[in-house]
Amino acid sequence: MTYRHLFKTAVTGLATNRSRSILTILGIVIGIAAIMLVVSLGAGAQALILGQVQGLGTNTIAVIPGREPTGPSDVTALFSDSLKAKDLTALESKANVPYLKSIMPTVIGAGTSSYDSNAYQVTIFGATELIAEIFDLHPSAGQFFDSSDVLSRSSVVVIGSKVADHLFDGQNPIGQNIKIKGRNLRVVGVLPPSGGGSLFNFDQMILMPYTTAQDYILGQKYFSRIIIQSTSDATVAATAQDVTLTLRASHNITDPTKDDFTVQTQQDLANRLSTITNALTYFLVAVASIALFVGGVGIMNIMLVAVTERTREIGLRKALGANNRDILAQFLLEAVLLTVIGGAIGIILGSSLAFIISIILSQGLGVVWQFVFPWGGAALGLSVSAIIGLVFGGYPARQASLKSPIEALRYE
Amino acid sequence: MNIIEVEKLKKVYHDGGETETIALDEVSFNVRKGEFVAIMGPSGSGKSTLLHLLGLLDEPTSGRYNFNGKNVTTYSQDELASLRNREVGFVFQAFNLLPRTTVLENVKLPLYYSDVPEKDWDRMAREAVESVGLGNRINHGQSELSGGERQRVAIARALVTNPEVIFADEPTGNLDSKSGKLVMSIIQHLNEEHGKTIVLITHETSTAEHAERIIRLMDGSIESDSPVTKRLSANDEFVK
Repeated sequence: MTYRHLFKTAVTGLATNRSRSILTILGIVIGIAAIMLVVSLGAGAQALILGQVQGLGTNTIAVIPGREPTGPSDVTALFSDSLKAKDLTALESKANVPYLKSIMPTVIGAGTSSYDSNAYQVTIFGATELIAEIFDLHPSAGQFFDSSDVLSRSSVVVIGSKVADHLFDGQNPIGQNIKIKGRNLRVVGVLPPSGGGSLFNFDQMILMPYTTAQDYILGQKYFSRIIIQSTSDATVAATAQDVTLTLRASHNITDPTKDDFTVQTQQDLANRLSTITNALTYFLVAVASIALFVGGVGIMNIMLVAVTERTREIGLRKALGANNRDILAQFLLEAVLLTVIGGAIGIILGSSLAFIISIILSQGLGVVWQFVFPWGGAALGLSVSAIIGLVFGGYPARQASLKSPIEALRYE
Repeated sequence: MNIIEVEKLKKVYHDGGETETIALDEVSFNVRKGEFVAIMGPSGSGKSTLLHLLGLLDEPTSGRYNFNGKNVTTYSQDELASLRNREVGFVFQAFNLLPRTTVLENVKLPLYYSDVPEKDWDRMAREAVESVGLGNRINHGQSELSGGERQRVAIARALVTNPEVIFADEPTGNLDSKSGKLVMSIIQHLNEEHGKTIVLITHETSTAEHAERIIRLMDGSIESDSPVTKRLSANDEFVK
């Protein structure tokens, strides 16, 4: 039998039971659509996160107190006060870290801010004037504090948009004094609302010189993290290494496994986030695969019914000269056609859904979400559907091919 | 020349357990090329079993079967399938046409499984359909056809590969007498004008008497094997 006629015969066989064929492939359609959706959204999420991370500048290095715990008994990993002023001095030395472009210590804490009778729970973020450049912040009103404010521990703050809304109810906050922990702080700038999807959301934050935050507000002598920029992307690795060595010397650490700090490049962060989104995607794909498996069982079930129903047809074809291979090929092709058609519909359905979701996310939530058509996922989806057809159609097709022509012709 | 030579052909059915049913008990006979033989017998006499064996649809338990000069008892299933396709045509009581398929496509079906080049399929199928007088219904679906017309499509399908022998299993069994006579006249015509060997199963004497010879089976054995003295001509009856 020629392939063309084999194909034609299979199509006719499926078209004869159109509504049943459509219902049969539903499981495959749903399974493949779910996988496409998950893979596409996963790729979109990854693009978003990487974009955010890289938006910070790929030459950015963060030093975090403590180290990643090696196990539950690794108590020293919890150290949070290991980064001190002397470390800053050591890192600023050209001899220690030659490719350092800028360095910014930060302190982070929580507190209640108040103005008049209004109070609002805020995150206190102490930094240097470099924060505006590193996070690409532009006050919508007023201005940022400058290096002299940092040096002189000025009581000045830049407030996030939500803080402004809650404390000032539409009044102009610039020049007003707000209170945190009993200290008056003058508002010099207000930040515009940041996008909902930003990795760093400053809306509920109050920014101030880190010196002010350390001495007057939080009362801590250590840094929450130190942010360093190297001269270029090419010097990131060398700078990270220099920072590590400098801090070890400054902390008198000889055994690298006893580090009480962690140096993280943006690349590390990006890699780690990718690992998380990938793991999540794989997990969801595994869940969606259950639908595919169930769909496959459905195909097998229906094909078995079809084989029994068409026993006479099988007998007739054999009487007219079809051999076992012809019958096997016919029913196998019917199953594979079913699953591949199901897979194709699933791919279209899944990516359409992903596309719609990407529009909702970017317009409804203001997230910069890019629709990603997963070509790899589509190719995989089609091959998986074909394989499901072969695997779950194999047994029914074999049953069909082994029918004896007279048994089949006698069948009522 | 004999196209069918059967020697001590035996078929035993086992129904799982120890019980055996001897459907055909060492039957021997020959059929000449171009002969028209009717096989008669009550139900359970083994006539269907015999037709299945002769039609290469089933394999005998023992005995020898020479079909068209070939000892087919040694043939594999695939070889039998190919032989059925080239040298045998079947006409069934229940027509067995494919549903939702046109007359032409039904008649083409055996060609799908043949070595005939595809460019000839259409012409061969059309010729076969025309030879049973359905040239004007070539693209009709089988639901648009009467029982007699359906059986004629089945005959066209049996003819399309130009086989040596046509096996007909109660071809008029599901038809009214008028359609039955028309079908018999076509079968007789194929035998007389085209020299096809016909082996026909029936339990009606009136149908069997269109043949040249009647083999009567009883309990798996040949009860009688005799020529038809007053042969019926379906054409004459049909004209009446």
